[in-house]
Amino acid sequence: MALLMAPLNWLEERSGLVGAVKYFLFRKVPAETNWFHTLGSATLTAFLVQAVTGVILAMYYKPSPEEAYHSIQHITNDLTLGWLVRGMHRWGASVFIILLFLHMGRVFLFGAYKYPRELNWLIGVILLTMALGEGLTGYLLPWDETAYWATVVAININGNAPIAGPFIADFLRGGAEIGEDTLARFYSLHMLVIPGGLFALIGLHLYLVIRLGVTEPPWTRAAAGYDFDENGRPVRQGLVEPRPRGNGSLGTPARSEAEV
Amino acid sequence: MADELERPGGEPVEHEAEPHLPSPTIWPFAFAGGVGLLLVGLIISWIIAAIGAVIALIFGFLWIREATREVRARPVAEPEPEPEPVSELAIPEEGEEEPERYPRSVFLEMSTLGVGALIGGIVTLPALGFMIAPAFVDQGYEEVDLGPLANFPEAQYVITTFYSKSNEGSVGRRTAFIRNNGMKDDVPSFTIISNRCAHLGCPTQPAGLPGKEQEVKTSARPVAITPVASVSGFQCPCHGGAYDSEGNRTAGPPVRALDRYQFLIKDGNLVLGTPYSVGKVEGTGADAVIEAYSLADPGQHVDGPEQIFYPYIP
Repeated sequence: MALLMAPLNWLEERSGLVGAVKYFLFRKVPAETNWFHTLGSATLTAFLVQAVTGVILAMYYKPSPEEAYHSIQHITNDLTLGWLVRGMHRWGASVFIILLFLHMGRVFLFGAYKYPRELNWLIGVILLTMALGEGLTGYLLPWDETAYWATVVAININGNAPIAGPFIADFLRGGAEIGEDTLARFYSLHMLVIPGGLFALIGLHLYLVIRLGVTEPPWTRAAAGYDFDENGRPVRQGLVEPRPRGNGSLGTPARSEAEV
Repeated sequence: MADELERPGGEPVEHEAEPHLPSPTIWPFAFAGGVGLLLVGLIISWIIAAIGAVIALIFGFLWIREATREVRARPVAEPEPEPEPVSELAIPEEGEEEPERYPRSVFLEMSTLGVGALIGGIVTLPALGFMIAPAFVDQGYEEVDLGPLANFPEAQYVITTFYSKSNEGSVGRRTAFIRNNGMKDDVPSFTIISNRCAHLGCPTQPAGLPGKEQEVKTSARPVAITPVASVSGFQCPCHGGAYDSEGNRTAGPPVRALDRYQFLIKDGNLVLGTPYSVGKVEGTGADAVIEAYSLADPGQHVDGPEQIFYPYIP
């Protein structure tokens, strides 16, 4: 054991990282969490799968109008396990979006977007938009007829936005019409610009989750207005007596600890 | 909280320790209803849109008033006499009229930030410009040689597929429907309609009997032409847009007529010029009166009241 701990101690002494990871893993969460609370981690996992498979696909994909389609065919049909990684990336994209929506639904139905977590909801909305942007830009990359015409329609839908629409459409196309720059532009957005933003905002999202703690489900005693004594036993709040404010009755002891 | 403000007796309220939640209110629902009505009205009728806008304005105002009540009702704290910001370096000197000190640390702070911003700007702005500008400048349309006039029989549409840019290969492949209208006042007349649907840009097809495709050798790029007999109109496969044989919208979601191309004739060859958008076309063939506008993307209104949404098209 000491042999195992020696490098960790070395690392901890110089960076504090071990303590940070321990704090993250062993932080207190409400007693009555359930499986719905895992949807956020599931979404994160789906995103990481997309990131890893995407990086590997980028090693074989060629983002030029003459080569893109053939490189996709090459990945799918010729390269060892290429079909698998491309399939993971392709179907994983849908899984990512579905999990995002389920996670959002959980947060909404549990009321977990309320004070003091409004900012995290807003970040989540931006994350959702960026994830949909990944879907839009990634759809063009196979460069077949479906990809081409779906992107034509999608860009023109963007172009229909009042005032800014024509500029958005020209920016996305890299010109007045879809041309040789459009594919490379979408490739850059798909694998550099949007993922960079996603990584940054996911980091912020997680930081706020850790800082603010996990919300109890709405059917729990804490959410129903019970207080807890020092042994953690629920104490019924009287309905006549106004609930004292500002003394940590907002949540369980675990959570108010996290808020300190 | 709102109930605290109304609570009689006026116990001291501690604001710091409690969440700043707006009191529950019904106004957002009415506001959302107004916005919904406005959006529906934009499609159906301007009257409904106006009603929706009024509702949204009224209830939006009420909502804002409700949400900010706590902030507005809070008594304005007396501005405490702030202690004069005395720098550690500022040594009190003799004399009543002491000039305002500008500490060295503040100067260094500001100049560091300023120099940092300058360097950042010098690096970032050209890169941003390179990202954005090429999409908006030098958007010319090349002239495309479509081959001898004899290939275009009179009063018949010909599906013409060509390469719009000399350096782009098959990405620049475009299709136009070309009809030779014969001579009008001793000048050849052509109707050249872009196949790009005015709804969202899918490729429309002519409703007619296509003949045999034929390659045309031109000076630069290959052109393929396919004559189509008895064209009654054009149809889009994506969302069902339909046009008559002059490109006027007859059914479906398109917002205007099909785009057209200018043309010129050089050495007996038909040469494609700049494309332009069309509001609608009166009359047919050589006698057609075309409401022409500069080229807009599909789905953007060029005429009618909706054109206010697209005041400037790059």
